[in-house]
Amino acid sequence: MTKFFDALLGRSKPVPARLDALFGLPSAAITLQTEAGLVPTGQAGVCFKPVAEAAFDQVQGDMTQLLTMLKSQRQIELTELDDKMGYHWVVITEPDIGELVTNVHAVNSSLQDSGFDSQLLCSVFAFKPAPNSPHPKQTVYLVYLFKRGAFYPFVPLNGEQAGEKRDNVAELHLKGILEKDLKVEQELTRWFPVWGAPVS
Amino acid sequence: MTTRYPKDPGLSARMAVTIFLLGLLYVVFIGALLAVGVSYTIVIVIAGGLLFAQYFFSDKIALFSMHARVVSEQEAPELHAIVDRLCALADMPKPRVGIADSDVPNAFATGRSPKAAVVCVTTGIMRRLDPRELEAVLSHELSHVAHRDVAVMTVASFLGVLAGLITRFTLYAGMFGGGFGGGRGNRDNDNGAMAVLAIMLISIVVYAISFLLTRALSRYRELSADRSGAILIGAPSALASALQKVTGAMSQIPTRDLRSAEAFNAFFFAPAFAKGFSLSSLFSTHPPLEKRLEQLARLEEQMRHMG
Repeated sequence: MTKFFDALLGRSKPVPARLDALFGLPSAAITLQTEAGLVPTGQAGVCFKPVAEAAFDQVQGDMTQLLTMLKSQRQIELTELDDKMGYHWVVITEPDIGELVTNVHAVNSSLQDSGFDSQLLCSVFAFKPAPNSPHPKQTVYLVYLFKRGAFYPFVPLNGEQAGEKRDNVAELHLKGILEKDLKVEQELTRWFPVWGAPVS
Repeated sequence: MTTRYPKDPGLSARMAVTIFLLGLLYVVFIGALLAVGVSYTIVIVIAGGLLFAQYFFSDKIALFSMHARVVSEQEAPELHAIVDRLCALADMPKPRVGIADSDVPNAFATGRSPKAAVVCVTTGIMRRLDPRELEAVLSHELSHVAHRDVAVMTVASFLGVLAGLITRFTLYAGMFGGGFGGGRGNRDNDNGAMAVLAIMLISIVVYAISFLLTRALSRYRELSADRSGAILIGAPSALASALQKVTGAMSQIPTRDLRSAEAFNAFFFAPAFAKGFSLSSLFSTHPPLEKRLEQLARLEEQMRHMG
């Protein structure tokens, strides 16, 4: 009933960040390698919105502390950076995909536990064609949207005059492959690109 | 005006027939309005004024409703280069070039004559298509300009607009009891109500008929623009792949960045991801995709045989 009134009055609760679907990634990586010749690059990025100005310094301090702790506890290799769109990234490097997913999950869940979960935007995993693969040399990103708890592929076209263009054909092809192991975002209108993600 | 866009006798014939039927309908409509007692001046002022506005400001109206603006050569050199090339190829004056800031892939041409025309593309279509495909789409739009489709469609859709307007007008007049028969003193109230009802009924029927006529013409006109647009650049396949990109599943995949979409979304109650102007309503005036692709495939085949 409350749901009904929420819908009627246009109220919406902040969607809780959903992290469990992340663990489907290692098996999806195997399928990607056999069926599309793609291998993980060993890098992933966690992207989140910095908080409003007033509390910024304190929160930023908390976050840095948290990340330093994670770094020393779990020996995660991570770097922090701000992108030009005003978002903050934590980039994690770890060649083993299983470990990489665990670390991404750790960074996410500690941000979540410290009350930053409405700030979480997405995690981005990078894949590259295997060295002997006949496929074109495009970087393929899998974007995980926390609020939707689902993945979608993002394949930017590279090349001089490509600009900000994406390879929709490749993306729709990957959708079919990914659906075997992962929860894939079914609404194509939500497959927003993440141009210039600092993950390679 | 002769351009090198191939003449289309089928299109010309259909345009003539549609306009004749619409004209007939128009005369009957005005006659019927006068018969039930609407004053001459009002009908003439409304009819004349609307037609004038539609015809002369069609470009501005379209640009305004699409939130588009005309861009200079410095602002969009590639786009201008394509239009320049196509106009040289077709031997027609160059129209103004506009861009609409929208992620929905779309393009349109407007303006009463080739000289006053504007071709406009959305930022969404530019991001999705490669230069060859964009050229094919612009060629399609320029063929609308060359065939003077805008003037024809303006006149064709005008009657529908007028009928719709008069329906609303009558409803309004009826509600406030005034009526606009005016001056015919000794009619009783019952009679006035009947007249209002009659005007509404006539207007609705006229609107329905003109709607069907313009839709039929519009669909044919699109196929014709596909054909002559593809013939001009000699690449039906480029237009076919562009059509697939802007109408299929691919058109749903956004090109606006997640981070800006997220920020943007915060200001809306309904999610901003909801389609701005819906493609389905836009394409209801267009023939089904399969039919257009089939025609282009046939053309491609013919061109190959001609060598």
